[in-house]
Amino acid sequence: MNNDVKKLAGSKEPLVRIVKKSSTAMKQKVIVRAASIVLALIIDAAFIVLVTGLNPLAVYREIFKATFETPLRFMWMLRDLVALLCIGIALAPAFKMRFWNIGAEGQVLMGGFATAICMMYLGGKLPTPLLFLTMFLTSVIAGAVWSFIPAFFKANWNTNETLFTLMMNYVAIQLVSYYTNIWRGQASSLGTINMGTKIGWFPKLFGHDFTLNIIIVAVLTVLMYIYLKYTKHGYEISVVGESEKTAKYAGINVKKVTIRTLILSGAICGLCGFIIVAGNKHTIATNTAGGNGFTAIIVAWLSKFNTFFMALIAFLLVFLEKGASQIASTYGLNEYIADIISGIILFCILGSEFFINYKILFRHKSENKEETK
Amino acid sequence: MPDAIKLVGVTKTFGKIIANNNINMTVRQGEILSLLGENGSGKTTLMNILSGIYYPDEGQIFVGGNEVTISSPKDSFDLGIGMIHQHFKLVDVFTAAENIILGLPGKQKLDMKSVEKKITEICSRYGFDIDPKMKVYEMTVSQKQTLEIVKVLYRGANILILDEPTAVLTPQETEKLFNVMREMKRDGKTVIIITHKLHEVLAVSDRVAILRKGEYIGTVETKDATELSLTEMMVGKKVSLDIERPVVGEKHKRISVENLTVIGPEDVPVLKNVSFDAYSGEILGIAGISGCGQKELLEAIAGLQHPVEGSRIDYIEPRTDTPESLIGKTPREIKELGITLSFVPEDRLGMGLVASMGMADNMMLKSYEKGKSIFVEKTEPKKLAEDVKEELSVSTPGINTPVRRLSGGNVQKVLVGREIAAAPSVLMTAYAVRGLDINTSYMIYHLLNEQKEKGVAVIYVGEDLDVLIDLCDRILVLCAGQVTGIVNGGEVTKEQLGLLMTKISGGKE
Repeated sequence: MNNDVKKLAGSKEPLVRIVKKSSTAMKQKVIVRAASIVLALIIDAAFIVLVTGLNPLAVYREIFKATFETPLRFMWMLRDLVALLCIGIALAPAFKMRFWNIGAEGQVLMGGFATAICMMYLGGKLPTPLLFLTMFLTSVIAGAVWSFIPAFFKANWNTNETLFTLMMNYVAIQLVSYYTNIWRGQASSLGTINMGTKIGWFPKLFGHDFTLNIIIVAVLTVLMYIYLKYTKHGYEISVVGESEKTAKYAGINVKKVTIRTLILSGAICGLCGFIIVAGNKHTIATNTAGGNGFTAIIVAWLSKFNTFFMALIAFLLVFLEKGASQIASTYGLNEYIADIISGIILFCILGSEFFINYKILFRHKSENKEETK
Repeated sequence: MPDAIKLVGVTKTFGKIIANNNINMTVRQGEILSLLGENGSGKTTLMNILSGIYYPDEGQIFVGGNEVTISSPKDSFDLGIGMIHQHFKLVDVFTAAENIILGLPGKQKLDMKSVEKKITEICSRYGFDIDPKMKVYEMTVSQKQTLEIVKVLYRGANILILDEPTAVLTPQETEKLFNVMREMKRDGKTVIIITHKLHEVLAVSDRVAILRKGEYIGTVETKDATELSLTEMMVGKKVSLDIERPVVGEKHKRISVENLTVIGPEDVPVLKNVSFDAYSGEILGIAGISGCGQKELLEAIAGLQHPVEGSRIDYIEPRTDTPESLIGKTPREIKELGITLSFVPEDRLGMGLVASMGMADNMMLKSYEKGKSIFVEKTEPKKLAEDVKEELSVSTPGINTPVRRLSGGNVQKVLVGREIAAAPSVLMTAYAVRGLDINTSYMIYHLLNEQKEKGVAVIYVGEDLDVLIDLCDRILVLCAGQVTGIVNGGEVTKEQLGLLMTKISGGKE
């Protein structure tokens, strides 16, 4: 214990140690998250000044304005948010069951495809309520079929669902591409369906175009939360996701649960296609899902399948995306620079989760100890 | 001679949990030291500090008389400390030699010849039996463990730490390991062994260090110690080490198995023409070398295997005395017949429980679908979880803490507690006390006896022959999937059981 003892290997306490926290107080979580936003804004400010020479405060104002400047912009943000959130909700039960459904893009597209077909061929021939019912049912079934196929193969022959669902996307894209090519004839694209009559379009509610989209997804958010947390089906999904052996031991029919859950997942994706086509785009194209089927995977995982957190994360992603394109156009910036600016904010906010779950200890003790000797 | 290891005031906390509190202990050069303590007493944490996996919050470590700081496994290696973990850290597709040199610095060109020569040298010095060219996936558990030991010796370790090495070994393999340990001691190496089995502690070690609830209690010379004195130091109070075998007057046939044959995944029969009866009010022990069909036997009764045609498993309903065939029925179908089979499987977290769920959610694993509502009923499982926590003194921060975070003994209490609470008519347990400290083990034996006295047919798959003999009314011996004998617990000796366990030679390679 005297000072002239020769110290052997690794004679110093490590400079930095990472220790997992057992729990974190609510207050601390709020502080860490707030600090992460402040840090993001500081780093971003430095980046903006150094690279673009713009006033960072003005840039932040633009990002904010992209969503909040007018009620219409806010509604647009909500419209995009619910499209993303709806797919996240659809993916939650599948992912919770550890079934890697990478096929949301295709499932959404099939739902939208079914909706578009109904609008084109049944528009004007059926009374409006019946038309909507048909659109709803066909889109849900189309999405469900698209996820049922990989689920059926997985349940019976243990095929790899990641590859299977991924490839189903391309089948859907090719199908849509084939038919839109026929329908558009000489035109460059399909164009808006029922432009004049607006048959099969979601009606305006409370003076806005997308109110119905928002209401449907809000209801789904609550329902899925309850389904996963409080129902027997939700419980079965958790058990199967954790361990198939445990599920069999508990008497759960794993095949049945797998197929049932994937039908639900695909059906909600199909419903999302219905919402996008009937409630927003009023047309169909190969990019109708717009990559949301993949972005929603991030949304679902980051929120650990809690649908209310999903809404927050979807908001963050859409808000930043809108902000990036706003600053790109206002300042004539390269789009990539705008993406970096919003990316830094996202990175800091998500990175703060690390500091909530772990703490970092710096070397200090050994020095103190020697002083006290 | 300076002590091999000296710990002064070592403290390690995880959040609010104090895993090690102010530990002061020494390990002498060239001794075999047993580290003893109940589950969760901080043994593994302390050893992980020595092997550089954890860094202590406070305290000093001296190795060979010099103060050292061990901040990574590499530091630990450099100090000549080698740890053999409970779970092996080997690359399956590599050979023994490749695993041994993995991560070691060396010349650009790999000279496997000289590596193999050095390995063979180590093996012959200590009496290991290992082929450097054998792939890890072809090895038995015992061979993998040997490889881990050779690995740390190859790296020049002078202090070896073995974390519960015998938990996965047969009695013969254990004896072989002990011989190797004595050989290493003769060679001047220091060995620290963590084990729960007191007779092993007495058989192999020079001194015993005891931890209780994160505190260091003391170190005693093995020659002055008895199983009873060690247990008392470990538990902190007087305990009785007698296992009772109460006699139950009325017995009824409850399970009847005939010609049970199950084909394993490799198309070889894992059970061959097994026939026996299990009675209410008795504990039927099942003995055998591990992997002789014990697991498949219990799973077949529970409806988790697919026996071949001609097999018969009947459940005899106590009230009506009518047999009901269980063959070809799933666990749920069995339950729907009104039969309560409780089953404590060997794989606790991978089969019996959902690791990421808390006690409360685990309590309803087998009963969640009760009732017509689409919602799960959570108040009853919560109450049950509180009851189990109270009665079996499960140590957990709360009934919603994921069971994965509990120590092995507490996990087992949760599982056994749930299975008993189902008020079963048949209770099957596989290695119910594996990895458990002595206090918890006795609590489990007591619970099994209670069930037996209530008229439950208990089937107990065990590995400790002394316990099987003391606890069970009858013992069925399995060898390579076949029944080699059914004997009375009170009348059989360990040697006789051992012979029955190895009766069929060459039946399973």
